Amino acid sequence: MDYFLTEEQQMIVDIARQITDERIIPNRAELDEKHEFPRHILNEMAQADLFGVPIPEEFGGLGGGCFDIVLTVEQLGRGCIGVGTAFAANFLGVYPIIISGSPEMKEKYLPDIAAGKKFGAFGLTEANAGSDASGIQTTAVLDGDEWVLNGTKQWITNGGEAQVYSIVAITDRSRGPRGASMFVVEEGDPGFSCGPKEKKMGIRASSTTELIFKDCRIPKNRLIGREGTGFITVMKTLDLSRPGIAALGVGLAQGALDEAVKYAKQRQQFGKPIIAFQAVQHMLADMAIGIESARSLVYASAKHIQNHPKDMSKASSMCKVYATDMAMKVTTDAVQVMGGYGYMCEYPVEKMMRDAKILQIYEGTNQIQRNVIGQELNKEYS
Amino acid sequence: MKIIVCMKQVPDAKDVRLDPVTNTLAREGVQSIMNPYDQHALEEAVRLKEAHAGEVIAITMGPPQAEEILRQAISCGADSGVLVSDRAFAGADTWATAYTLEHALKKIGGFDLILCGKQAIDGDTAQVGPGLATRLGIPYVTCVQKIRESSATGLVAERMMDDGYDLVALDYPALLTVVKDINEPRVPSIKGKMKAKKAEIVRLSAADIEADPACIGLPGSPTKVVNVFPPPSRAERSVLQGTLDEQIDQLVEKLKVYL
Repeated sequence: MDYFLTEEQQMIVDIARQITDERIIPNRAELDEKHEFPRHILNEMAQADLFGVPIPEEFGGLGGGCFDIVLTVEQLGRGCIGVGTAFAANFLGVYPIIISGSPEMKEKYLPDIAAGKKFGAFGLTEANAGSDASGIQTTAVLDGDEWVLNGTKQWITNGGEAQVYSIVAITDRSRGPRGASMFVVEEGDPGFSCGPKEKKMGIRASSTTELIFKDCRIPKNRLIGREGTGFITVMKTLDLSRPGIAALGVGLAQGALDEAVKYAKQRQQFGKPIIAFQAVQHMLADMAIGIESARSLVYASAKHIQNHPKDMSKASSMCKVYATDMAMKVTTDAVQVMGGYGYMCEYPVEKMMRDAKILQIYEGTNQIQRNVIGQELNKEYS
Repeated sequence: MKIIVCMKQVPDAKDVRLDPVTNTLAREGVQSIMNPYDQHALEEAVRLKEAHAGEVIAITMGPPQAEEILRQAISCGADSGVLVSDRAFAGADTWATAYTLEHALKKIGGFDLILCGKQAIDGDTAQVGPGLATRLGIPYVTCVQKIRESSATGLVAERMMDDGYDLVALDYPALLTVVKDINEPRVPSIKGKMKAKKAEIVRLSAADIEADPACIGLPGSPTKVVNVFPPPSRAERSVLQGTLDEQIDQLVEKLKVYL
């Protein structure tokens, strides 16, 4: 369907599509098999200015909004959401700086991020703090001109690969949610290290590690925004980034449908290509309906978020839930359409199905997203 | 450092048709692309510019729509584009093309290095690069697979050979034609595409480059295409079936015929 993109938006799509077709798709199976971080591909994306898409122009970026990043990520997702996750999680690490950082902090980090010279990561989750972020144990204590961080973050995307980490730590436990603050920790800061790479069911091209802080000392000016505003920054960051996860789902599902249709046209059974059978046609039709309706919702939500920064949560959660549940269903059906071949590693759909599952889990489980939507409805009708 | 990249717009190899009357390639309604070898020449030029500073100028002789590949070149790192275009250039063979490019380059004035693709995928002659260098009286190396060292005054190149490679050192000005092994062309950048959209393409006509009308286009071309025809289809082929041993036996039987 034609979504009437502007010329600039079309340029972004074309470049992201070219990188996906020429660089990601030919390498995705190997990256998956070897759990290999796609450094080379990310460098090419940087060269093509894709890392500058959502960075303000004054800091060397293109000044794009949520919709522009959604268009980019959707294309990458069509190729491999492991690579797409590495790219998207970079911005998850950078949004706190864009949203709440001081002008000096933006000047220090954003130009290098826009140029792809530095890479970001976001550290919120801990062993006992996932959906319930109030369980955070990591602490930050001011000691003279330095913050001293202690604690361990878990399952952090881009861990060990990033240079700039946005970290949530408790600065005053007595204040509850208003006692959390965010900090920038840099690769090489004393007392900061990353654990070994986790082995995962899918998105194996992306790196996932622990972040370990042992009396990690950072300068006082690494505090993002004001002390005690950590959770507010986290919520705004996730509201802004979730449509990106939704877009990964749309792209992934599109990639799965492309494979399934191609296969169904060429696979002969009972003397006909299997696409001639209504049972198969209906499955493919439902997949296409799911993808296009999710795409429409994701695009509309991204545009809404871009224009209503104070009213992001419901749109952000709705598109994330809808598009990622759809992606799980469509990738599962793609394997079904392709039968035994779909289950084999020679074809890409088994990887797509394995990859899809994480979309329903990370950046807030789809159950938590439904809580958010429900709470928003409760407020709207009060 | 001033680097010129010569390029050609060619029909996409997936979509080639012959004009049955003129025996030349039908260009109308056929998707056009930048000659793939030229993409590698451009990439190498941009890398040299990034290493030594300077500018990259993309040049093509062709119809007005060939401007597209110059804009594509700018989106991938070229600084400017020159379109050498005139009805009088139509039907040029490699001799007339080299003559035309020589005059256009003299008009542009001064350069350190010229990079060309090894050949265009439509004509497949590989003659324009060497022809141009010869006319300009500068040294050239064809089929360059790697630039080993380079400076602002010269370079050392590997020339691909059937049995290895030659190592050639030369000072500028010089011309290289490159093979695909030399690099992997980059994807255009968003800022590059925006620049390309706004870029003003320099246009040069036959009069602008002070070309002798007798040396350009079809009248200036010594080559005449007498006939173009598809090659006859290959002789009968068969696929051997059965176990590996059975297939080997069948193959031996077939080969015995030739003993």
